[in-house]
Amino acid sequence: MPATVITITSGKGGVGKTTTVANLAVALALEGSRVVCIDGDIGLRNLDVILGLENRIVYDIVDVIEGRCRLKQAMIRDKKFTELYLIPAAQTRDKSAISANDMVRLVKELRSVCDFVLIDSPAGIERGFRNAIAGADRVLVVTNPEISAVRDADRVIGILEAEEKGPASLILNRLNPALVKSKDMLSSEDVLDLLAIELIGIVPEDENVIIASNRGAPVAADGKTKAGQAFRNIAKRLKGETVPFLDLDAQGGLWERIQRMAGRK
Amino acid sequence: MGFFEKFFGKKASADSAKERLQLVLIHDRTDLTPAELDSLRDDLVATISRHVEVDVKAMQIGVEHDGRSQRLVADIPLKSARRKTRKTK
Repeated sequence: MPATVITITSGKGGVGKTTTVANLAVALALEGSRVVCIDGDIGLRNLDVILGLENRIVYDIVDVIEGRCRLKQAMIRDKKFTELYLIPAAQTRDKSAISANDMVRLVKELRSVCDFVLIDSPAGIERGFRNAIAGADRVLVVTNPEISAVRDADRVIGILEAEEKGPASLILNRLNPALVKSKDMLSSEDVLDLLAIELIGIVPEDENVIIASNRGAPVAADGKTKAGQAFRNIAKRLKGETVPFLDLDAQGGLWERIQRMAGRK
Repeated sequence: MGFFEKFFGKKASADSAKERLQLVLIHDRTDLTPAELDSLRDDLVATISRHVEVDVKAMQIGVEHDGRSQRLVADIPLKSARRKTRKTK
């Protein structure tokens, strides 16, 4: 079966696109899928460091497109998961080095060698974003329960509809259950009510995400963390499974307290 | 939300965020500013007034959303229509 091409985008920067791509890649690999991730943020590459592969880069996406190497040469194999590859962005070039047609052609070549192609879109709604969605079969929009992130997500969802790339699915990242409870953060219901698209995952705010980034080993590799579980559930939903949403109301629950006492948190 | 905010009946910040977003998203999606909406209302009143007498003070016009689609809703009471219904009784 040819691969499904999924682009992860957001409009606003800093909401967790790259973290989401890295974690979904790892979670899909854990499920036994063959995954290729593409860093679409030319000039501001980051997916390599989040995956811990920054020291292995020889060729990048622009090298492939401009014919300086074969596709396989630019695919960096993950250290831990043998069926997970990264095609890094070029760091010394800019978005104009690639066209939407280049992306479509690249993705077409990848379809026959894996199960999922995950494309990390740059922030914004300009050329880099347009390139990133050009070859996509489906699009995931990442947002945070914050006023500016939700507004930008709405803009992007509107553009995706206009470009006939919709309907997009929503990942609500960095939800803080305690703040939602005290009515100082938009709830998942509020955000869904405003954006009116399908929800595919809620990822709670979790300090383990930062720790995992520091180490270059995505949190989804650790099934004991809340964020890791949330990303694994999204991966299962992408594969067509029906998985209930995590109960995030366990603020200060018994298990949390035991974990904290045991020094795990 | 802290104790003092609750005590003095200040609105929860999440509720303000949602209300503000609802308005902002309508304008973002329709490309219609509040000023443009006002001028649209004036044009509507002027056009309809050429045919029937309307109750300008009681009229309401706004954009409502249904999922991701927007709809312009105008509620314009007619002055003459009211009198007519009374007469026929």
